[in-house]
Amino acid sequence: MFDIESIYEAKSVGDAVRALNERPDAELISGGTDVLIRLRAGKGAGRPLVSIHELSEIKGVELQENGDIRIGAGTTFVKITNSPVIQQYIPMLGEAVDTVGGPQIRSMGTIGGNICNGATSADSASTMFTLEAEIVLEGPEGERVVPISEFYIGPGQTVRQHAEVCKYFLIRRDSIDGWHGRYIKYGKRKAMEIATLGCAVRVKLSSDKKLIEDVRLAYGVAAPTPVRCHKAEAILRGRRTDDEMAVEEFVKAALTEVNPRSSWRASKEFRLQLIAELARRALADAVRLAGGKAADEIACWRSGSLAESDMADDTSCKATADSASCDSMADKEVCAKTGSASTDANRRSRTGEEEGGGRDA
Amino acid sequence: MGSIGQRKKRVDAYGKVTGEAKYTADLEPVNILHAKVVHSTIANGLVKSMDIDEAAKVPGVVKIVTCFDVPENYFPTAGHPWSVEPPHQDICDRLLLARRVHYYGDDIAAVIAEDEVAAARAARLIKVEYEEYEPIVTVPAALSEGATPLHPEVRKDNVIVHSHMTMGPKGFTYEDGLREAEEKYGRENIIVFEGDYNTPRISHCHIELPVSWAYVDTNGKVTVITSTQIPHIVRKSVAVALGLPMGKVRVIKPYIGGGFGNKQDVLYEPLNAYLSMQVGGRPVRLEISREETIVSTRTRHAIRGECKAVMTKDGTMLARELTAWANNGAYASHGHAICANCGTVFKDLYRDRLGTEVDCWTVYTSSPTAGAMRGYGIPQSAFITECLTDDLAELCGMDPCDFRIKNCMEDQFVDPGNGITFHSYGLIDSIKKGREFIGWDKKRALYKNQTGSVRRGIGMAIFCYKTGVHPISLETASARMVLNPDGSAQIFMGATEIGQGADTVFTQIAADVTGIAYDRLFIESTQDTDTSPFDTGAYASRQTYVSGMALKKCGKQLKERILGYAAYMLNTADTDIAKTEHAEKIREAKERIAKLCGLKEGDEIRPEMLELSESIICLILPKEKKGDAAGDRTDTTGKADAEGQEAAVDRTSGIGQADGATQTDTAGKADAAGQEAATVGAVGIDVNDVDYEVCGSENIDSQGLVKLFDSAIVAETAFYSLDRSEHITAEVTNQCKKNTFSSGCCFAEVEVDMKLGLVKILNMVDVHDSGRLINPAISEGQVHGGMSQSIGYALSEELLVDEKTGRVLNDNLLDFKIPTAMDTPDMDALFVELEDPTGPFGNKALGEPPAVPGAPALRNAVLNATGVHMDEIPMTSQKLIAKFKEAGLI
Repeated sequence: MFDIESIYEAKSVGDAVRALNERPDAELISGGTDVLIRLRAGKGAGRPLVSIHELSEIKGVELQENGDIRIGAGTTFVKITNSPVIQQYIPMLGEAVDTVGGPQIRSMGTIGGNICNGATSADSASTMFTLEAEIVLEGPEGERVVPISEFYIGPGQTVRQHAEVCKYFLIRRDSIDGWHGRYIKYGKRKAMEIATLGCAVRVKLSSDKKLIEDVRLAYGVAAPTPVRCHKAEAILRGRRTDDEMAVEEFVKAALTEVNPRSSWRASKEFRLQLIAELARRALADAVRLAGGKAADEIACWRSGSLAESDMADDTSCKATADSASCDSMADKEVCAKTGSASTDANRRSRTGEEEGGGRDA
Repeated sequence: MGSIGQRKKRVDAYGKVTGEAKYTADLEPVNILHAKVVHSTIANGLVKSMDIDEAAKVPGVVKIVTCFDVPENYFPTAGHPWSVEPPHQDICDRLLLARRVHYYGDDIAAVIAEDEVAAARAARLIKVEYEEYEPIVTVPAALSEGATPLHPEVRKDNVIVHSHMTMGPKGFTYEDGLREAEEKYGRENIIVFEGDYNTPRISHCHIELPVSWAYVDTNGKVTVITSTQIPHIVRKSVAVALGLPMGKVRVIKPYIGGGFGNKQDVLYEPLNAYLSMQVGGRPVRLEISREETIVSTRTRHAIRGECKAVMTKDGTMLARELTAWANNGAYASHGHAICANCGTVFKDLYRDRLGTEVDCWTVYTSSPTAGAMRGYGIPQSAFITECLTDDLAELCGMDPCDFRIKNCMEDQFVDPGNGITFHSYGLIDSIKKGREFIGWDKKRALYKNQTGSVRRGIGMAIFCYKTGVHPISLETASARMVLNPDGSAQIFMGATEIGQGADTVFTQIAADVTGIAYDRLFIESTQDTDTSPFDTGAYASRQTYVSGMALKKCGKQLKERILGYAAYMLNTADTDIAKTEHAEKIREAKERIAKLCGLKEGDEIRPEMLELSESIICLILPKEKKGDAAGDRTDTTGKADAEGQEAAVDRTSGIGQADGATQTDTAGKADAAGQEAATVGAVGIDVNDVDYEVCGSENIDSQGLVKLFDSAIVAETAFYSLDRSEHITAEVTNQCKKNTFSSGCCFAEVEVDMKLGLVKILNMVDVHDSGRLINPAISEGQVHGGMSQSIGYALSEELLVDEKTGRVLNDNLLDFKIPTAMDTPDMDALFVELEDPTGPFGNKALGEPPAVPGAPALRNAVLNATGVHMDEIPMTSQKLIAKFKEAGLI
């Protein structure tokens, strides 16, 4: 039993905008995986809800004629992960949202909710930053487009107005073609988890795969809102993919662009360690996925004295490298190319987070 | 018969898997009222006043009860048997609602409303005025000078109990030991070490929340239906809290979705009963949310262990000292029992050649109450003891397994404090079995001198565990069996099924002892204090041992009565029975018996000549006729001791039926403990003095039994006979005055990604020395569950309390990190099955031990991998990274 005054099922986005506009105390609900948790805790109890849960117009992923990808705000995480368009063009995003919570949450929670909830820990957010997603909102005054870099204004706060409904996200072709990326979610366990830190890296290599032509780095939980690290990116542009010095400069610069805090969930020192180490690993993975040679070896266990036969029943190097709760996303992309592993198998071995993870904000 | 040792399907499997099994909340009547507890928002102080006016106006609110309304009856909550000796009685320090607030989240009022939403709304509107004192969250704070005594009504300061224990010479002190060690061995030949080890406060995380509903029945009985492990003890506490005679209180326990010791405490049942009485006896439901469960029920004690040790350089332990500090939180609950248990195992587990000294402190603080949790102080003890042991092994350069084998407790060890004896000793065999299984020696060699930031290691830990609570506390249990007219029977136990499989194991025991077929036995899973036999409940890994013995005795009586009636029928085949519909069958059987045994006209058929097997009444063929099949039937029994927990070599036990498919060490392989009885199977009725003439043989089964007729004939006749109607039942109380040690170990192999502070478990195996297994499948389930709990304990679980405010920071399952299935590796459960002479079927404690050795084994594996001593659990990534940085590893 939830403490609500009423629930109104909107018939269209316009109808939802109207309903919200009529009731300044109304709350918008889509998948409900954040709103209902707040209600259960007595926060905002007794208010009317306006639901966009049933609106098919804001669901689905679509490849547009110009090569841009449009993702409906009401698309659930599961639908994104399983979308052939996402799998072909932005597998990184499908994998990022597949780290949210558990299977039930991923079947209910939506990407629109994940972004609009305003949490720095939202698993889709840092990837959407590296995709330079544009957010399309509809309000009483009509439609407007907000770049994700301008969307967040503080912990749990976005520029979305009370009566505005997020309709869809646009990912431009420029951010898709030639890009490869990797999102690492670092949590304290492998599922049902809120990110202690999230790190997203996308790279575009030169045609000979030797140089980093372009790179994008964004974090979740490294600051009160998701952050993009432009200075770090600038350092790496044009450098060799396996230039260790360049990577260290990149990491060092990134550390100047973040602002993690100490809380009882994690200390600032701990988060800084993760910020640096996850950038190295996500970058190395992204480079490898793009077909380049990375500076960093995959962190894995080796022993010179281990005989071949022993290795056989040991976890392979690759599998051990995924002991971060991020697991085998890189493997998946690599495997996808060699056609040797099923998406499902990889998905099951991965982690998740509650939608938005508003609790850390 | 012969169901002992078999992997029988759980009797409650279908009900639970299909969702048809009825739990507390499933049984509520319609129109029940809903209650909501209001909790304090300060940790230490007084409620000065409460304004309920706004709350009372909320539509649907029926009644609001505050801490100013409740009776001044202090009551105990521990799930201990009541003690008739006042010094041993549990501490009465609780009221239904508290004016004196002892922790952040204390219960200060309750709202009763027509629905949950109204109750929650009203609860939010209650305004409270407090007089605030400084929160005293930690043990040092509670013991500091000038700290407010939290319970002046029972203790002058915040020490609940301080106890001192020693092993070795009378009055031994560690300082003496150290001096003696120096004198005897020379300073240059000894190693002295000190270490502090810390364990966290954690939550049980059972699936079903504490839920109850209460009403006053038309006969005036205050009735509480509740999710508890201890219905009979709940009844006692409700009576004390409400000031009612025991007979006026009735407690019913349906199926329960886990407890892990949290429900071995009286939680909200007294308040729930009281609330119903406040609304004229209407049914009132009180469900405690997850957040409330974590903060306001019970937790596992955080115990800090300060250790000192001295040993020779060749690894002979000479003396050790433990000072254990247990944070008991706001109320006494189980009191000192847990910290004392922790200290006891520290001293028992190893042989200090000079002596051992232990000090245990249990301290009140203004924080969530600690009580019973699976393992009852021993997971803490194992962590403290086994970190110390590995640190010592490292210092003297010995292999940790060898070091333990050299120093651990021995066969027939007797705790000098309480007389508990290691009757069947499988500790060293467990170590050997685990060592071999995981490839210890090879891997220890392999993992030497690693470099790089990802390293592997292997570690282990051992433990011992007593079975039940004798002689520290009373051990008593009753069982009742009632025969149906079709020869099937009900089993009524006071012992509770809490998910561990007790109902199945009891059914196996009953089948084995009575000879009634397994599928003709029906165990009543619900305990109702008005109708169930008495038992203190599910805790202390006691039920199969203590209650199992009660059922064994009860089953034996029931069988005797069935066979007695069968003999009567045979002897009156031509008279009383002649008029009945079964006359022909009985006469035929009688003739066969006469022929086989050479009975003469007028010779009586005695019950001892008969046996019940798979619900068939059988003739036990006289000795000379049986051939080899049944072996020697010389009486191996009659060893029942005066106290009542019988000698284990009991001919009716039928041990030896363990499923060999997965058991590497099946029960059938008789061990040194004297398993001749096992070959007799489940049917060794005593016929040593039967001396019949030999007759021709026919229809003799492998056990020397001749099938006569279905026991349904006996049952039906017994009910409805016009000549001799008899309702065949049996009820037995077993007071157990025995106790024995279980033991075992855990081996764990890990890979540590140091830069990210991640510990990945590659292999983990528990080996348990728990005597004979009644049901290996259920046993393995217990072990896997316990191991999972130990993984969370080692790596991620920790209840965080803000020291400034006393508020719990992570009161939900997102922030309290129990491992998910994806964090849990494949685990192995092995057993060393020895016959324990004190168990009803050679069995001893297994319920709790699996939660014990995992955490120190994992810590020691991390030590082996990285050389870093993690002396505090959980070994979270943050703590690991800080330590690795400190050690210059990253």
